Amino acid sequence: MGKIDTRVWLVVIAATLFVCLAYVPAIVREGDFVLAVSDVFLYESMINGLLLGGVLALLSLGLNLIFGVVDVVWICYAEIVMLGMYGIYYLHSVYGVPLAIAMPAGILITAAIGYAVHELVIRHLLDSAPINQLLATGGLLFFFQSVATLAFGIDFRNLGVSLGSFPLTEDIYISWSRLAAFAVAAACVVFLYLFLTRTFMGTAIRAISQDREIMTLMGAAQGRLYLISSAIGGGLAGLAACLLVLQYDVHPFVGLSFGPITFMICVLGGLGNMVGGFIAAFIFSELIALGGYHFDLEWGYVFAFVFFIAMMFVRPEGIMGRRS
Amino acid sequence: MLTLSNVDAGYGTFQALFDCTLEVNAGEAVAVIGPNGAGKTTLMRVISGLIPARGGRMDMEGRDLVATAPHRIVELGIAHVPENRRLFPRMSVEDNLRMGAFVPSARAAFSRRLEFVYDLFPRMKERRHQFAGTLSGGEQQMCAIGRALMCEPKLLLLDEPSAGLAPVIVQRIFELVRIIREQGLTVLIVEQNVQQVLRVVDRAYVLEAGSIRMSGAAEELAASDEIRRLYMGL
Repeated sequence: MGKIDTRVWLVVIAATLFVCLAYVPAIVREGDFVLAVSDVFLYESMINGLLLGGVLALLSLGLNLIFGVVDVVWICYAEIVMLGMYGIYYLHSVYGVPLAIAMPAGILITAAIGYAVHELVIRHLLDSAPINQLLATGGLLFFFQSVATLAFGIDFRNLGVSLGSFPLTEDIYISWSRLAAFAVAAACVVFLYLFLTRTFMGTAIRAISQDREIMTLMGAAQGRLYLISSAIGGGLAGLAACLLVLQYDVHPFVGLSFGPITFMICVLGGLGNMVGGFIAAFIFSELIALGGYHFDLEWGYVFAFVFFIAMMFVRPEGIMGRRS
Repeated sequence: MLTLSNVDAGYGTFQALFDCTLEVNAGEAVAVIGPNGAGKTTLMRVISGLIPARGGRMDMEGRDLVATAPHRIVELGIAHVPENRRLFPRMSVEDNLRMGAFVPSARAAFSRRLEFVYDLFPRMKERRHQFAGTLSGGEQQMCAIGRALMCEPKLLLLDEPSAGLAPVIVQRIFELVRIIREQGLTVLIVEQNVQQVLRVVDRAYVLEAGSIRMSGAAEELAASDEIRRLYMGL
């Protein structure tokens, strides 16, 4: 069986799983097929899943970009998002900076953090064993959490901005902030795609992940490409922070609620593979949304993680990954 | 154009080049021949900065190569077609060529150079959207040479361009070396295929166990008994 065949099978399996998870619990509960498929709240949660997927896709893109180029997994990636959320919160709620300025400033802050993480930590570990690199970025995770706890306290902070929601149909209400998050994330994905495929710098970023040494022959300073990618990855974390701060409270441990998921999405999609990560983000978000709808929110995560573990047996290299 | 004087180089504790002195004049084609493991590839890698020289001097048109950062060497007009071609396998032919024009000075001329390379290799134009990893060996070699030509180099370093190719394709690659010379490029070529390479170059150096053993005009070397016995199996 060829590689393409495997992928087709995976799509079929995922679609079947999706349909089962969507309708079977309701059919069992209601005992009626028509009632189950015409449940508007089911569709509302599917849409919410889709919207959540956009933000997860954005996060996984940033992590994949850095991994693809630098070949180091930033375990602390979600903590950079957390710092970005604090940055926006403080600028807006404490210092009264309008959101239109606070948000771009938040992106600049996280881009600078991304740059600093590479320059101060990763750059010195490029030739170390992978386990040491993981320990270092894992250490940064605790460092960032502790810094945030010391600096900002453990209170849950909220921007206090509500964009409200609008009715899609009579019964389905869509939150503006979620829709905006999805739209911005989608636009950013398109923008990143164009950057990576249409520009010299973007092409170089893809190229260096395929052959490090040869890019030197092409006249590219490896360290500079690493720094640029780390800063872009940091900036993407900041963009995600802008979108998340509208929906969630900020606290020093907020990164834990989406950091592990982001990491699993990247692994499920095939580490470093942006297309795979993009697809995996939506698989995860739908599993979470549907599981959460039929059972409890926590069950949604259980389904997603069980799916992840099962997939690691079936396809350890990820959906779009290559066997090496 | 390019001069190496008393260059030493190696990997870790292993020294691969001893006291190499070599000169390539503008407009010339020069070959470096020698057995496997003689240090031919190391020599190319030292010139393009992929491994540092441990001693000696290297100059390109009067500019010191030893003091130049590896990624700046291409800006001095040296393009290196590495051993085993080393294309970016999961990128299109055109993206590979685009990376050949990555240096800022070459970016402005990108479309003009692309046309030049496509004229030289019409095959590359046909396959420009195909992944480089899916090309045949000969096509990959053309793509690798095309990529090196994108930055409008003065000196082209070719490392074993005929390795692993069918005899018919090998002929075409050497024919290509001739065409590239007619474009006014200076060529330094490392080859195992001694008989063929001596027909397209002006001069050659014989590298053995990391040292230059012999040098001379191509016809002279091709006629020398020692070379014929050791490298041509005649």
